[in-house]
Formats: sequence, C-alpha cells, structure tokens
Amino acid sequence: MEFNVTLLGQAITFAILVWFTMKFVWPPLTNMMEERAKRIADGLAAAERGKQDLEAAEKRVADEVRKAKQQAMEIIASAEKRATQIVDEAKDNASTEGARIVADAKGQIDQEVMRAKEALREHVAQLAVVGAEKILRKEIDAAKHADLLSSIKAEF
Amino acid sequence: MASNAIEYINHHLTFWNSDPSPARGFWSLHVDTFSVSLLLAFVFAGVFAMVARRASLENPGKLQLFVESIIELVDTQVKEIFHAKSKVIAPLALTIFCWIFLMNAMDMLPVDLLPNIAQWIGHSFFGLEAHHVYFRSVPTADVNATFAMSLSVFLCIIGFSIKAKGLGGWFKELLTAPFHTHHPVGAIILAPLNFIFQLVELVAKPISLSLRLFGNLYAGELIFILIALLPWGAQWVLGAPWAIFHILIITLQAFVFMMLTIVYLSLAVEAH
Repeated sequence: MEFNVTLLGQAITFAILVWFTMKFVWPPLTNMMEERAKRIADGLAAAERGKQDLEAAEKRVADEVRKAKQQAMEIIASAEKRATQIVDEAKDNASTEGARIVADAKGQIDQEVMRAKEALREHVAQLAVVGAEKILRKEIDAAKHADLLSSIKAEF
Repeated sequence: MASNAIEYINHHLTFWNSDPSPARGFWSLHVDTFSVSLLLAFVFAGVFAMVARRASLENPGKLQLFVESIIELVDTQVKEIFHAKSKVIAPLALTIFCWIFLMNAMDMLPVDLLPNIAQWIGHSFFGLEAHHVYFRSVPTADVNATFAMSLSVFLCIIGFSIKAKGLGGWFKELLTAPFHTHHPVGAIILAPLNFIFQLVELVAKPISLSLRLFGNLYAGELIFILIALLPWGAQWVLGAPWAIFHILIITLQAFVFMMLTIVYLSLAVEAH
C-alpha cells in the first residue's frame, strides 16, 4: 500500500474519461436509442391503428353485404308477389273474356236460332199455303179465304 | 526453490516506479498502473466514441448492439436507483463500469506476459538489467488506482449533497441526523454524536469502495502468481477454474463499484 502521485494521475485520467463519456458517448447513444424506441412505439401504434381500421372496414363490408342481401331478398319477394299478381290478373281477364265470348256466342246462336225458326216458320207457312193451294185450287179462292190463311199462319 | 518463489512473487508485486530508489516519496509514479489504465481508457473512449459517432438507428451492427446493451444495463440501474435529475451520474456509472472492467480484465492475461515483454524491451532497447524491470499489469490491484476512483466518487457525493441541499442544509444534516430531537439542549448534545456518525459513514464509503476492489483484484493476481509457481503441466488444474471464476469476479467487482456509486450518490441527494 504505497500512495503516491499515481493517485492524482489516475484521478485526472478518470475525470477526463468521465467528461469525455458525458460529452461524446452517453448523449448521442441514448438519444439514438430513445429515438429508436419512439419509432418502434410509433410503428406498433400505427400497426394497431391499421388493424383497427381493417376491423372497422371488414365490419362495414359485412354490414353492406348483409344489407345488399336483404335488399335482394326484398326485391325477389316483391317480384314474386308482382308475378303472382300479374298471373292472377291475367287469369281473371282471361276468364271474364272467355265468359264474354261465350255469352256473345250464345247470343249469336240464339239469334241464329230465332232467325232460322222465323225462316222455317215462313217456309212452312208458304209450303202449307202452296199445299193447300194445290189441294183447294179449284174450290178455294185465295182472296176469299185470306183471313183463314193468315190465322193458320199465326198458329205456326 | 523457496527463495526463488519468494523472489518471483515479490518481483511480480513490485511496481514499475518512476523513481527506483527506495527512498522515493509522494512524487513518484507507478508508470505501469498509469500507462495501462490510460491505454484502457483510450480503448474504452475510442470504441464507445466510434460507436456513438457511427451509430445507426435503422440497422445497428453487432458492436453497436453490444455497446447499446451495456448502456441499457447502466441506464436501467441508474433509473431504478437514482431518482433525481442528473446529467453526470449515468455517464459516470458507465465510465466506472467499463473502465474498471477493462482494468480488471488485465488479470486474465498470463501473469508473466506483460512483465516479460517489458523486461525484454527494457533489456534489449534500454540496456537495463532484466531483473530490475518491473511491470504490474492489473491497475486495479494498485490502491492508487482504486482510491483515485473512490475519492473522485467521494467528491461527487459531497458535491451532489451540497448541490441538492445547499451548504447550510448539508452541514445541518451532518449535525442533526441520524439522531434527531426537537429539544434544543438535546440537539446540542446530539450534534457531535451525529457528526461523528455522519463522518464515519461518509469516510467509510470511499474506503470500502476502493478496498473491496483492490482486495479482490490483488488476491486474484496473487493466486494467479501462486498458480504460476506450479509445475507447468499442473498449472491448468488450478489455473483454468480460477480463471473461469475470475471472469465472474472481474465483472462483478466492476458492477458492484458502479452500483454502489449510484447508490451513494442517490443517498447524497435524498434528505435523511
């Protein structure tokens, strides 16, 4: 244990070394490390934000898809409804139209029948008159017996 | 053999003194301690300043990562223990840790390596008698080196105390702690007692710091010297385990010195 001026020398070296570290080693390195830590934290925060954004976007997309599906379903339902409505209307129209046609035809047929009956009656009356004329040519005067003949004709 | 062994040990335990006469006084220098520690200071400052200058934020190299991990270690300790604001303490702790570690690490060199080189240089270039060239390679096994640091820390402790509490506040604390009373007469009686306590506490700090480091390294060096006295074939049996164990010691002692410095300085700024 021998103390001498080495102690002073060592202390001076030590002081200079501490000063040097304080000036040129510690601040730049710790600043750089802090900066890096900050950057990493920022990056992580950005990633987290991105993840949240993505989640929100996915949620919105799912929402939109669900809405679109619902809309499509509504559209399909209303279209179906409309279709059955159109079919029903068509059916109704067709049946009324059919009924009308049938009624018209019936009316025409009735008319035709009436006309035919009329013609037939006329014809038969003429035939009867002709027959009676032929039978009664000599004895019956058409002019005298006109009243009789018309009453017979009315009976057909 | 026995006298040879004693001579060998003594030779290894003698400093290269700037004044070889036995009647040397205070103004003689341990050239080996001073030069080795100065060289290691340059190594530390050079490596760290270079890394700091070239430090890359994006893509740090291996050396930078190594340096950063040391800084992280020191910074964590300082932040955990020292709560006041100080620009000095963290660089101080880093310097202490690295410099002491490097100086301690000189113990890992073979005990004869540097002394033999010194002897060879002294003999062949300066015409000295080889036997009279002394060289001790571990600066921290020299009390001058350890006390230089611990006394610097001691000055820092006093400086930090005065800066934190003011000169009056510090003196007041020297007289009123640890025993405290509100009674005026009691305070006067307790003042010298407190002062003695505080003085012992204060003085014990640098002494324990430096002697702990010195003792560990001196003992380590001595054991390496003793191992070197064994027959060469048997040296590894003790030398290897001791060297491996010593890796722990040199790191631990550097760390302990740093930790205690931080603790002492944080105690200095905190009120009792």
